[in-house]
Amino acid sequence: MSDNTTTPAGQDYEPGTHPDLPPPFTASGPVKWVADNLFSSPANIIMTILAIFALYKIIPGFAAWAISDATFLAADRNECRELGTGACWAFIVQRWELFTYGFYPEAERWRVILTFVLLMVVIIGLLWENCPGRKHVLRFALIFPFLAFWLVMGGFGLERVTTDQFGGFMLTVIIGVVGISLSLPIGICLALGRQSNLPIIKYACIGFIEFIRGVPLITLLFVASTMLSYFLPPGTNFNLLLRVLIMVTLFASAYMAEVIRGGLQAIPKGQIEAADAMGLKYWAAMRLIVLPQALKISIPGIVNTFIGLYKDSTLVIIIGLLDPLGIGQASLADNKWQGLSTEVYLFVAIFFFISCFAMARYSLYLERKLDTGHKS
Amino acid sequence: MSEQTVDSYTAAAPQRNVVSRIWNDKQTRSVIVQIIALILLLLFFGSMVRNAIANLEALGKGFSFSFLSTASNYDINQKLGWEYDSRSPHIKATLVGISNTLLVAVSGIILSTVLGFILGVLRLSKNWLTNKLAHVYIEYVRNVPVLLHILLVHGILVHSLPAPRESKDLAETFFLNKRGLFLPTPETPFLGYAILLFFGLVLAGLVFSYFFKRWAQRIQDETGVGYPVFWINLFAYLVLPILVTVGFLLFVGWEQPELKGFNFRGGGVIRPEFMALWLALSFYTAAFIGEIVRAGITAVSKGQTEASLALGIPRGKTLSLVVIPQALRVIVPPLTSQYLNITKNSSLAIAIGYMDITATIGGISLNQTGREMECMIIVMALYLTFSLLISMFMNWYNSRIKLVER
Amino acid sequence: MRSIKYAAAVAALSATALSAQAATLDDVKARGELNCVVSTGVAGFAFPDDSGKWSGFDVDFCRAVAAAVVGDGQKVKFVPTTGKTRFTVLNSGEGDILFRNTTETMSRDADLKLSFLPVNYYDGQGFMVPTALGVTSAKDLDGASVCIQTGTTTELNLADFFRINNISYEPVPVETNAEAQTNYLGGRCDVYTTDASGLASTRSTFENPDEHAILPEIISKEPLGGAVRHGDDQWFDIGKWVVNALIAAEELGITQANAAEMAKEAGDNPSVNRLLGSEGEFGSMIGLDGQWALRAIEAVGNYGEIFDRNIGPDTAIALQRGLNAQWSDGGILYAAPIR
Repeated sequence: MSDNTTTPAGQDYEPGTHPDLPPPFTASGPVKWVADNLFSSPANIIMTILAIFALYKIIPGFAAWAISDATFLAADRNECRELGTGACWAFIVQRWELFTYGFYPEAERWRVILTFVLLMVVIIGLLWENCPGRKHVLRFALIFPFLAFWLVMGGFGLERVTTDQFGGFMLTVIIGVVGISLSLPIGICLALGRQSNLPIIKYACIGFIEFIRGVPLITLLFVASTMLSYFLPPGTNFNLLLRVLIMVTLFASAYMAEVIRGGLQAIPKGQIEAADAMGLKYWAAMRLIVLPQALKISIPGIVNTFIGLYKDSTLVIIIGLLDPLGIGQASLADNKWQGLSTEVYLFVAIFFFISCFAMARYSLYLERKLDTGHKS
Repeated sequence: MSEQTVDSYTAAAPQRNVVSRIWNDKQTRSVIVQIIALILLLLFFGSMVRNAIANLEALGKGFSFSFLSTASNYDINQKLGWEYDSRSPHIKATLVGISNTLLVAVSGIILSTVLGFILGVLRLSKNWLTNKLAHVYIEYVRNVPVLLHILLVHGILVHSLPAPRESKDLAETFFLNKRGLFLPTPETPFLGYAILLFFGLVLAGLVFSYFFKRWAQRIQDETGVGYPVFWINLFAYLVLPILVTVGFLLFVGWEQPELKGFNFRGGGVIRPEFMALWLALSFYTAAFIGEIVRAGITAVSKGQTEASLALGIPRGKTLSLVVIPQALRVIVPPLTSQYLNITKNSSLAIAIGYMDITATIGGISLNQTGREMECMIIVMALYLTFSLLISMFMNWYNSRIKLVER
Repeated sequence: MRSIKYAAAVAALSATALSAQAATLDDVKARGELNCVVSTGVAGFAFPDDSGKWSGFDVDFCRAVAAAVVGDGQKVKFVPTTGKTRFTVLNSGEGDILFRNTTETMSRDADLKLSFLPVNYYDGQGFMVPTALGVTSAKDLDGASVCIQTGTTTELNLADFFRINNISYEPVPVETNAEAQTNYLGGRCDVYTTDASGLASTRSTFENPDEHAILPEIISKEPLGGAVRHGDDQWFDIGKWVVNALIAAEELGITQANAAEMAKEAGDNPSVNRLLGSEGEFGSMIGLDGQWALRAIEAVGNYGEIFDRNIGPDTAIALQRGLNAQWSDGGILYAAPIR
């Protein structure tokens, strides 16, 4: 766009009305993108080449092993070996139900499916604000825990199923959901307790939180499996899954408490003083003013703790509960499928990846949505 | 966070009964609440202890640590220089376990920090491909349980490395096979001397660098002449000791690993269990550290860099004097908890048979003696101590680098 | 293992234990189900099949006890454990009885407070090596890497064996039999050591069992048997006599098929009559009814049938009876008489 008043020969437009020309080939479209993003400097060129080389080394070999050379249907390992040189997914296909339900009686599995569907409904209702009929769903969410307990465990007209028959993904989901829903309230109480100006309560909370955070989960699970019964009145004895749930919940609550404490500390003192000045009592001030803000700030941390808890549920195999990994390892003892550990591990890894990734994405979405711009 | 009730409010209602008056007085109420909490706590712990005593008595088990001095009866493969065999007491097995835990924790912390910083920088790189690759890596690793990573890496190592007889070798000196990486070590007395020499020099170097830094600072304050303090000091406490130690080692006798019978004999070995645990823990934690580093660097506002460049400070110095010190303030606190996590996660060693604390005193010793209570107390106390030490060190470091408020 | 003084204290305290833990029988009856501690998976001994149903040698003993006590061999809840967790699970009351290739030892009996039922499998610790290594004796194993399950007696025997013979080795500890298998086949270790029956069972699951040899040395005595907690003598007696009954049934020629027939009316052989309940009040002595042994045999067959079905020569495990034959056939199985 120039201000030239002279019109050079061959120019068929008035000065000042130059039509927008497309940018040069090298400054637009894929070429520019590639030049900018992949080859902008010598260091970048080297990195790009290295990355492409690494991809070339990994992807084709892995894809061949996992997909094109793999076997999906076979009766046992030997058949797998005959049919293909790659992974033997037939193992997973054959034992799909064991991986999902553990030893849950076959005739009763509809109960697990129903519970899971209801759980999904509740989760969608809780997470998706514009969901139709959300009010009813939320009301339903209050009775859901009892309903789920009844459906899964049986009794009152349904056949009883004992917890040792639980296993597979079902067990992971149970540990995850129970741990997640109980650790949040306990964590909030612990965080408030730690901030409290009553020294005994404060130090009790600090002691608990720091103890739990100082030891590995697996030692706590060992305590649950070997020692907890020593600390209960003689003769009492409750089941392993329950003990594990308690330990996992306590473990997650200590971490949750620290995350929420971070949120509480970020609330300016003025807020609390204002609440006091308004004559609000402690719990009212917390419930109406401090916690809503603090929880909002801590959402990423809370979700991270959830994800951590969910992933940590794999540790239960060390004390003999059969989560998917445990089912996989027990199944490897079967002579039909022996030696397929890589397939099992990858399969379970994919399962965890999908569920944890979904949680992480949701937290990102929530973070953006709730970011009402108080931060600069 | 105080439960404030305005005092005059209480005073204005003297006709209320005593209970309500006491309850509405802030001071007395907090005392009452605390006394109740204390009583509940004491009751809780008291009943736990009482139950434990009753239960142990019912089982006919006492509570004593005397088993620690009886022979352990089992062997440990990675002894790290301890004179341990199956006649040694349990306490020695515990010590071996502690050194193994510390070894994997410290090497994991080092490797994950290096990898994490690389990942963090790659995530910020302008190169689309490496950026996305780093992103995919981080998302995959973070969203899969660490136990799976450990099992997977161990499985891959054991299945893909060659058998001892077909070992891959590097210059006939290093051998890599399913049993581990075999490498030559200096003959017995010299290794000890070399370690002493190295740490002695490091200490001397640190003392030197402390005084040199103060001296250089004074000179700079007085004359404006700057010295490359960081590099000179790095040379003094790291490069020089390494060079001298390596030089010393070059002149002493070396023990070569040799294939004899089933395995290599002589020299040192890094076992696949250690490698798997170390690599898996490092890869896993590096993904978290990568995100922490990225967040730390992006937290330093662009204006800082621009201002620094505008003042004519070169790019390298801008990075080392302006950006990194500010980023570190954001990075160090979450980094501390990652270091704690790596230490605690090292207890998963038990899944692949690496003999750390959980596998020795908390595993085999516990099982062979049946002393659950004592063994678990020892294990937990040890982990708590490690956590405390790491927190103390990182807090000290954090207080050194944090913003000095005036 | 522990001082005399300590043992005395144990004796003095066993009275408390009795009151605290008695009446396992009532618990089981009330529950209508037996909680049986088994392993997480050893082919032939205890493992879940594709549909999650447990079977195996140890599992059958669980079923026999369940049949005798609650009347149905299927009313068993299996508690899978590793070598490490098995005793705590039993001692915490989570399991009622344990059948998990467990060696009877003095310290387990006296210190871990277990009462061992009669031996149901005489075993010994052996070594398995790939034939390609050309090893013929365990004494040639100098410098080998040995896979070993932690928390077992084999771990202690192994340390002793190599120490006595003054040869070196690298222990490679693993948690479960499945892991040991993976490590051994993967080549992480040269040798796998566990009870000879376990070795045979593991070898049977290999793709090419012929490529692996079990060395002739047996380095320990491993009398494997079930166990219950100390302190409940009635429950101990039930376990003990169910095992004895299954062994005696083979000696007396009572099988799963003919047991009902033989029990219908008292026959000529008083031993059979006593066992099957048509003579005497033996059931009520242990708190059960007269048909306890009949139900056990009907549920799983006699000892020989259990053996043949799960681990015998015709199965993939292919164990010979050997020491585990009846005393009358040259073995050392010798059931105490029911009278």
